[in-house]
Amino acid sequence: MKTNVLYRILTVMVVFAGLVVWQGCKPKAPASVSMGDAATKTYVPPGKYDEFYNVVSGGFNGQMSIYGLPSGRLFRIIPVFSVFPENGWGFSEETKPMLNTSHGFVPWDDLHHIALSTTKGEHDGRWAFGNANNTPRVARVDMKTFKTMEILELPNSGGNHSSPFITENTEYVVAGTRFSVPVGDKTDVPISTFKENFKGYISFISVDPTEGEMKIAFQLKTPGVSFDLARAGKGKSHGWFFFSTYNTEQAYTLLEVNASQKDKDFIMAVNWKKAEEYIAAGKGEKVKAKYAHNVYDESSHTSTSEMMNEVLQLDPAVLKDIIYFIPCPKSPHGCDTDPTGEYIVGSGKLAALIPVFSFTKMQQAIANKEFEGEFAGIPVIKYEAALHGEVKKPGLGPLHTEFDANGNAYTSFFVSSEIVKWNVQTLEVLDRVPTYYSIGHLSVPGGPTAKPHGKYVVAYNKITKDRYLPTGPELTQSAQLYDISGDKMKLLLDFPTTGEPHYAESIPAELIMPNSVKIFKLEENKHPYAALGEGQAKVERKGNEVHVYMTAIRSHLTPDNIEGVKLGDDVYFHVTNLEQDWDVPHGFAIKGANNAEILIMPGETSTLKWKPLSTGVFPFYCTDFCSALHQEMQGYIRVSPAGSNVPLKFSTGKIEDQSSGAGQ
Amino acid sequence: MKYLVATVVIALMFACAPDKPVNTEEKPDINQSAVEAITDPTKGIGAVKNVTLNTPLEQDRVKRGLSIYEMKCLSCHKLDETRIVGPGWKDITKKRKPEWIMNMITNVDVMLEQDPEAQKLLELCLMRMPNQNMSIGDARDVLEFMRQNDGEK
Repeated sequence: MKTNVLYRILTVMVVFAGLVVWQGCKPKAPASVSMGDAATKTYVPPGKYDEFYNVVSGGFNGQMSIYGLPSGRLFRIIPVFSVFPENGWGFSEETKPMLNTSHGFVPWDDLHHIALSTTKGEHDGRWAFGNANNTPRVARVDMKTFKTMEILELPNSGGNHSSPFITENTEYVVAGTRFSVPVGDKTDVPISTFKENFKGYISFISVDPTEGEMKIAFQLKTPGVSFDLARAGKGKSHGWFFFSTYNTEQAYTLLEVNASQKDKDFIMAVNWKKAEEYIAAGKGEKVKAKYAHNVYDESSHTSTSEMMNEVLQLDPAVLKDIIYFIPCPKSPHGCDTDPTGEYIVGSGKLAALIPVFSFTKMQQAIANKEFEGEFAGIPVIKYEAALHGEVKKPGLGPLHTEFDANGNAYTSFFVSSEIVKWNVQTLEVLDRVPTYYSIGHLSVPGGPTAKPHGKYVVAYNKITKDRYLPTGPELTQSAQLYDISGDKMKLLLDFPTTGEPHYAESIPAELIMPNSVKIFKLEENKHPYAALGEGQAKVERKGNEVHVYMTAIRSHLTPDNIEGVKLGDDVYFHVTNLEQDWDVPHGFAIKGANNAEILIMPGETSTLKWKPLSTGVFPFYCTDFCSALHQEMQGYIRVSPAGSNVPLKFSTGKIEDQSSGAGQ
Repeated sequence: MKYLVATVVIALMFACAPDKPVNTEEKPDINQSAVEAITDPTKGIGAVKNVTLNTPLEQDRVKRGLSIYEMKCLSCHKLDETRIVGPGWKDITKKRKPEWIMNMITNVDVMLEQDPEAQKLLELCLMRMPNQNMSIGDARDVLEFMRQNDGEK
């Protein structure tokens, strides 16, 4: 056994060594891409667990995926903003309302960033939030079931990129618009009237501390710029939020050039406690706005979508002291607060240095009114007055920074494809490693929290050519795992990812694993169409609707013979999985269905709608291999012409006597 | 050796995590249970060591047992002697000890691994009886319902 493990490790090491040699002839790939003991550091033997859950955004697949670290193994894809035919998300009757918006049913989105809930600035393992960048929304995933429980649309937003960053105790999730847009009654305007008519909005979404339910607490009406990323203050800076901005040029065409004119854009500092004071004093204005709020209920296994019609807004140009601008070079992307909350790191993606701002100095500058002027009625703090210092010549194109528990920062550099480690106090560059290639965000376990777990940094790269076996023009996206436990960063592992991961967070397994739900209890199933026991299986007609209350257990469906359905009927298969054991889902699929299959977890009820388009006998079956007799888990439904007099009937295990003419 | 140390550290980290899936090299409680099984093999393997049966039947248990049967058992077990997925329940309380029945319900995976009578049933039905997440109290209620089904008053 022991030699076997050693043999496997040796094999992995040999493969790594091979990669090193192979990479040797590629441009930019240095010979020492991985160290000799890299294989043992990422090898998780069969039957053992990874140390961290890695919650990764899916980018253009609209989903979240769950990996293990340090192995890089993919465990699960959680459908969030995109339909998922694999399990029926967005296709089943119960989940369709989750994707409802003020624009109707939107089956896809672009999920960029993850925020794991925190208490006192530390990971608490309750929820993961994700943002929809295209049709602006925020989602909340429950880390007990790894299921999307809530999706909230954001009015007055043109693209929710600066999101879903959270405050220290998950009081708020923020949502800042990437596109400023004309809002309110005056939306049909010439695009060239950008400066006059376009506004940016930042939403503060409150999160119920026990149930997690989200609500737009207020929106800040801000000048027409683009918001990119954000981080909350923590510790001494709790009560503040920091947003990076670009396009302060207020360009509306060829932004590549026209939004890159100024030497400095801004970091926008928001005093949200001050905003709360104004709201308490009745200074908020209720404004008409249409947006959907979709909630999944775990006891009925059903979601509902409610259309909301107003939102509370504050105008910081009028209500002073809510927001301040700090100049920041140049088109900043990352805007990251260190674990103490004192330092705010701006990463100008066109800059060749990294400015680090001091919260204490910023507060003094505000008190002493050290302003260089105003932008759209908002005070602009003098750059030097808020500056702790600059990291000189760190690399090209700093993008995003996270931290370890020892006062070090790790910044990704897109243009120069590297991670640079530097000391937050001294601003001294300590180490640099190449990434393959063009790193976007990076992620240290607990890196954005008050208590980083450290150990690793993961690079999420945008380009992977020559790193994996080619698969035509479209290549896998790549993550790279580095050990940061020593003075020097060491590349340990490349692993492919699904979709396009923009950002991820990692959390120690012990904060999630003990709470993971294994089954839904049948006794607690409140689905209106549940059949809680085979005796409750039945078929009912309501006008043109036929409702099949079906049960599934290894290995039969009840009823499995259904007759009396007519052309023109809508048939609803409400399937209850009667299993109460972990890892025994059943599936349900029927020939010709225009939607998808459904996967039903133990104790759950899920509904697939089916509209037959021709007469005949149609097979249905279980799609999830459940037992030795899984292949026998099947049935038939007979569809007769409209107006036929075939009676509605259903059975399982009933052998009809053909001599009596039954079934004719 | 380094990887061994790492493995031990990770193993220690999870030593307190509940409901850890069983690794091949460590199966908790089974040996202990097996010893007890040898002492009275007809009682099966599991937490249920002794059951006291009362006459007349405890009617509240019978009622609860029936509703559990309808929700979690009826799909596979008929109340007469016919076998569908699993054996019919007629006369089960005359053939099996009450402890065996309750251990089969509450500890089915271990029973199917180790109990010779349970293994014979698996060979007959070729379908592992599922764990239906029932407490010992639930199993006791179902047992009372089985006694009624077998004609006890």
